Amino acid sequence: MSTNLDIYTTKRRGRITNFLFTSVCFLATITCVVLLFIMIWNIILHGKNWLSWDFLNSYQSRFPDKAGIKSALFGSIWLISLTALFSVPLGVGAAVYLEEYASKSRWRKLIQLNISNLAGVPSIVYGILGLALFVRALGFDRSVLSGALTLTLVVLPIIILASQEALRSVPDSIRRSAYALGATRWQTVWYQVLPASLPGIMTGVILSLSRALGEAAPLIAVGAMAYVPFVPESLSDEFTALPIQIFIWTARPQEDFHSLAAAGILVLLVVLVSMNAIAIFVRHKYGKKIRW
Amino acid sequence: MTAERSDKEQSVEMELGETAAIKLPRPASLESAGGVMVRLRPYYEGLIHFLLFICASISVLVTVGIVVVLLFESVQFFFDVSIIEFLTGTRWTPLLKPQHFGILPLMCGTMLVAGGSAIVAVPIGLGTAIYLSEYASPRFRDIVKPFLEILAGIPSVVYGYLAIVFVSPIIRYIFPSAGVFNAASACIVVGIMILPMIISLSEDILQAVPLSLRGAAFALGANKFEVTVRVVVPAALSGIIASFLLAVSRAIGETMAVTLAAGATPKLTLNPLESIQTMTAYIVQVSQGDTPTGTVEYRTIFAVGLMLFISTMAMNIIAQFILSRVGEQYE
Repeated sequence: MSTNLDIYTTKRRGRITNFLFTSVCFLATITCVVLLFIMIWNIILHGKNWLSWDFLNSYQSRFPDKAGIKSALFGSIWLISLTALFSVPLGVGAAVYLEEYASKSRWRKLIQLNISNLAGVPSIVYGILGLALFVRALGFDRSVLSGALTLTLVVLPIIILASQEALRSVPDSIRRSAYALGATRWQTVWYQVLPASLPGIMTGVILSLSRALGEAAPLIAVGAMAYVPFVPESLSDEFTALPIQIFIWTARPQEDFHSLAAAGILVLLVVLVSMNAIAIFVRHKYGKKIRW
Repeated sequence: MTAERSDKEQSVEMELGETAAIKLPRPASLESAGGVMVRLRPYYEGLIHFLLFICASISVLVTVGIVVVLLFESVQFFFDVSIIEFLTGTRWTPLLKPQHFGILPLMCGTMLVAGGSAIVAVPIGLGTAIYLSEYASPRFRDIVKPFLEILAGIPSVVYGYLAIVFVSPIIRYIFPSAGVFNAASACIVVGIMILPMIISLSEDILQAVPLSLRGAAFALGANKFEVTVRVVVPAALSGIIASFLLAVSRAIGETMAVTLAAGATPKLTLNPLESIQTMTAYIVQVSQGDTPTGTVEYRTIFAVGLMLFISTMAMNIIAQFILSRVGEQYE
């Protein structure tokens, strides 16, 4: 009788622990989502009143009422376009080499290990490298070009890893069919493998570029200017960027500048979320078309 | 342009003519359509191969570049400041007189933020990963996952803003002794920042635990809690720890949020309510000012950068070593 009771109590206790554990884990999950909503709600609350056409279309100012993000916005557009121009061909090229060309040698393993490690290097370290290499050694000075090249270094490993993943998802039968028809290696890659992996590569590229858009640390290290009352017009112009502008406004003690920062963050988040939405759209729309 | 090309064609043709032992008759259609291309094909392919190789080698060059630049400037720094003072000194005031170059306060600040953010992120992250992997319905996962992706995509400077405007006032309300800039607010926002990373890595690891292990445990009469806590999590433990290491390494390298939230006073303290400075924040501080090239002050950022690079790299390599073993243990 007593053993029976024991079984029942352990069983009930087991059920209670099970329930408690499930609830705790569920709560943790909900916490993540709730945190996200609280943060975004907080930013919207502070920033929404400062968002206006004037905010987007005026330069920086000492007076919060007159301050805007025009130079930061254009700086970011310059940076992101140049970064895309540099990093996409290099990154996709490296991925194609590693997946389609390199033999399974020690050299390939070394490059692969190296790329995964580079992806974990803090972005400020790339900033220091950019400072020593582009700003000082190559003499590009504190220009848009230096900034874009530094950002290229930051996103390159991410683009390579994402593109490799996309290339790997193309089944080998496609390659063999192309070879069987007499295609050379590059013809196989260019006409078959790359088009088939394009949705995956594009998703990876868009996500990496959205990461570059939010980076401030490496740009500060290469000397992005705090006060730039003009729009960059050539590669050698000085620049500022949206995240840097947000940083500067946040670092000020006055409440009004914090609200300006919140408005700047709203602009940044809208751009980032639309980029993410495009990535998801590309993945769903074009990813499903291809069937093997 | 055309003259150049035809020159090249001729030379190629002559080379082929000399070396080819048997000349197969080429189909007329091929000759007219792309005969030149066909003959140039091997060279073209070789060129492409070479260009792609260059692309891949750039990543190695970047690593070499980082190491060379950091070492080159750091070695010059260590001519001026003894390496022993740098590693064991307890005061860091390179921008003020009298100058002290002991990196321990910066290291301490970095470790405080990294440890504090891990305390925030590990329980929530692990709980979420377990829930998503073991308990959640596919539909619930589909709803939650995009939110986590958004969380992962929020730039670091935004977390810095939230630390100052949102988290710090709450902390000062609870602990009136806390300053405007305090390590605790940095720990909390950096913890939130590394959450998505812990969740997605740990969840992948948990999913990789074979179903047969779970089935065997259920067959022995274990309930869901026992299966999860005594079988699945222990089986995935090494991978989970690797994900923590990667997240902490990210926290060490985290810059903007920490610069904004934690302040700029290098201090050898473990009190999270005080203002501190991390290695990354110091680099930003110097970069913002006008420190002339070639001075000791300028070189400090390379020495600090070297320490930062070494500590994150070490953690990443250990984590990747563990992760590379994860797949093998079930086979």
